[in-house]
Amino acid sequence: MNAKDKLKTGAADGPATREYTVIGTRPVRPDGVDKVTGRALYGADVHPTGLLYGAVLRSPHAHARIVSIDTREAEALPGVKAVITAADMPEAADEVSDHGETSVNIRYQSWNILARGKVLYHGHAMAAVAATSLHIAQEALKLIRVEYEVLPPVLDVRAAMAADATIILENLRTDELGHKGDRPTNIASHMRHERGDLDAGFAQADVIVEREFTTSMVHQGYIEPQNATALYNPDGQVTIWTSTQGAFGVRSQIEELLHIPVSRIRVIPMEIGGGFGGKNDVYLEPLATLLSKKSGYRPVKLTMSRADVLQATGPTSGSYIRVKMGADKTGRLTAAEAYLAYEAGAFPGSPVESGANGIFNAYRLDNLRVDGYDVLVNKPKTAAYRAPGGSNASFASESVVDELCRKLEMDPIEFRLRNAVKEGDRKVDGPRYPRIGLIETLEAARAHPHYHAPLEGPHRGRGVACAYWGNYGGRSSASGSINRDGTVSLVEGSVDIGGSRAAMAMQLAEVLEVPVTDVKPLVGDTDSVAYTEGTYGSRTTFATGWAVYELGLKLKQRLCERAAELWEIDPEEVSYAAGVFTAGAHRMTLKALAREIDDGRPLMASATVLPETEGPAFAVHIVDVDVDPETGKVQLLRYTAVQDVGTAIHPSYVEGQIQGGAAQGIGWALNEEYVYDAEGHMLNASFLDYRMPTALDLPMIDAVIVEVPNPGHPYGVRGVGEVPIVPPPGALANAIYRALGVRMTVLPMSPGHVLEALWAIED
Amino acid sequence: MAVVWIPALYRDLTGGEATTTVPGDTVREVIENLEARYPGVRARLYHEDGARLRPGVAVVVDGVVIRGRSRVLREPLTETSELHFLPAISGG
Repeated sequence: MNAKDKLKTGAADGPATREYTVIGTRPVRPDGVDKVTGRALYGADVHPTGLLYGAVLRSPHAHARIVSIDTREAEALPGVKAVITAADMPEAADEVSDHGETSVNIRYQSWNILARGKVLYHGHAMAAVAATSLHIAQEALKLIRVEYEVLPPVLDVRAAMAADATIILENLRTDELGHKGDRPTNIASHMRHERGDLDAGFAQADVIVEREFTTSMVHQGYIEPQNATALYNPDGQVTIWTSTQGAFGVRSQIEELLHIPVSRIRVIPMEIGGGFGGKNDVYLEPLATLLSKKSGYRPVKLTMSRADVLQATGPTSGSYIRVKMGADKTGRLTAAEAYLAYEAGAFPGSPVESGANGIFNAYRLDNLRVDGYDVLVNKPKTAAYRAPGGSNASFASESVVDELCRKLEMDPIEFRLRNAVKEGDRKVDGPRYPRIGLIETLEAARAHPHYHAPLEGPHRGRGVACAYWGNYGGRSSASGSINRDGTVSLVEGSVDIGGSRAAMAMQLAEVLEVPVTDVKPLVGDTDSVAYTEGTYGSRTTFATGWAVYELGLKLKQRLCERAAELWEIDPEEVSYAAGVFTAGAHRMTLKALAREIDDGRPLMASATVLPETEGPAFAVHIVDVDVDPETGKVQLLRYTAVQDVGTAIHPSYVEGQIQGGAAQGIGWALNEEYVYDAEGHMLNASFLDYRMPTALDLPMIDAVIVEVPNPGHPYGVRGVGEVPIVPPPGALANAIYRALGVRMTVLPMSPGHVLEALWAIED
Repeated sequence: MAVVWIPALYRDLTGGEATTTVPGDTVREVIENLEARYPGVRARLYHEDGARLRPGVAVVVDGVVIRGRSRVLREPLTETSELHFLPAISGG
């Protein structure tokens, strides 16, 4: 099949014209009772016999050479069973490994898990201990003697790019899509998208706006800290219970980091208390595995504290962004230019590519240039965070677009509609869009009562922003069997973070035309279902849902064959509708057939898919704020989030994703930031000081679902989870401008930063 | 012949050309023909082992990102295909 055909792989009658029985309803989630009664099993609930407890020694310095580590005293402490350092980790290959949506250099990942030679950020893991109690393990950490040669830290992305900056990784050279630089640097990579004639485009413009923006490093803020329990059996089999977004991803990383064949690794994904991208990379799993082996094959559990999570897992990048855009008097964008420098943390791998791809992706542009830089700083290695890199970039571009609207005295949604991309237009990076729903989403926002509601008061303002996210497909698998009572057991490979058990059960029920309560979904481990990528990239309902759809078709076919066998006719003569098999005078319900064919031969099937036709998603957010000019506090009055979701499988969970994404984006916009002192110590590593929004900070977020079905999915699904975090910073900045006349160019727009901006214009 | 969009950072090899048409029934054949016309392109696209594309390169054919590193070079092209070589998503 060539690529063009892949975009036509949806159901023959087209997802836009389908009428559904199960899809679009709001059944109770299959895991709901366990979750609300506290019976659901999380990583903390794992207690194998003989369990040891682990603790991790972390660097007190942001940048230092490790002169020596002496673990002898710790090893001698009664109750201590094992101590490990980087010397216990196998040498990792200098090889980039494909992790599905993203890739990672295995050597750097190994060095991040246990520091080797240098510590590169405050909290960098250096050693780990397993003992008979957590208290003994923590006491043992104090007995590990480390001699450091403290080095100056590099904490600012622009300072890190300077020619005379302190070098963090001596062997790093800038990569420019295959062309390697020849000098030591902190710039891991540079990328560029360019088309048209930028100078000519700006020459056509009647108004031009250029601004610089800075954003702070922020964390996903999931409630459940990272945890892992590992049992290394004497026969070489390893079992890992962990809180992860992808069991197969953990298995692959353990294989690459510890050189254990995948056939000897079983990863059991426990229920997960949030991930948002931060639980794809392993941190504790390799340590628990090594400690288990070294302690005499006893199970070892490691759990992070909140401070560990904030200091030493993967937040997302702080950034410096410069945007220049021009438009003519009719409101047509004529040119756009952007420069994005993203903090990668201590090792390469910021989401700058995604930020650079998405920064102008809502707009039709003939003339553009976008440069992106991935830059090392002495902060924790960044990881994915819901639409990685998108919110930073959108904050910058949507603020500039708003300023253009002001200069042109044009309605913000009208301006965006005049420039909105549609099917056939080109994205920033060049390829053309398939069917997308930006225009429908903008029109829905413009028609929403919120957009026309009066907003009175001296310091009140309404802001708008729109945003793009590309979404991801990836490999997914599912298997299922028909039970003798006619119900269906479904095993899927995707960890359920946001209600995907329900979404999978519903898609299978739709294919089989049975009640959703007849489908019993189960999240499998790595030995019970075929390879499935993690729950990331807004892919699960799309890709695993597609696997479930294919599974349903196979089950239906096999049921027809068994009915034909029973009736002694050809399978082609059997038809199936609404839970009933028919062929001439023969008629039998699925439940009756399941009983009839319960003859010892199981009826089961499995399916694996690798879809490449994920449909991009667009969102438009509207927010009203009241800003106190004395304190700088921004109070949200009303928030509406409009989003094209393709087809809403379970509208309640779609709305939940939209509301959750908006809430995280609001926190990022208004309060959240990593605060460091001059030596690179993180100063706010607790939820008391790392200020995430609570229910008291937020109004009801009105989620408005727009359905423009994705032609590249049997049911028209688009990913919905990521794009809602993208618009809030831009929408809020634009609302604050209208409230105070102050253009905010710094995230977070916390009271202090708002006051500084106010004082600056008063001066 | 497939239309190939030249990455902005490779245009030093193409004299500034942003797009070109290149014969080839697969991605691999197009790269070989591109190399014949613009020496140096292959070295930037391929991994040091010479057998596969670099992990940092994503291939997009007619708007579809081709997944699966082992098969991307075999991806079939049509007479009207549009081919992009883009920076892969490497982090986040």
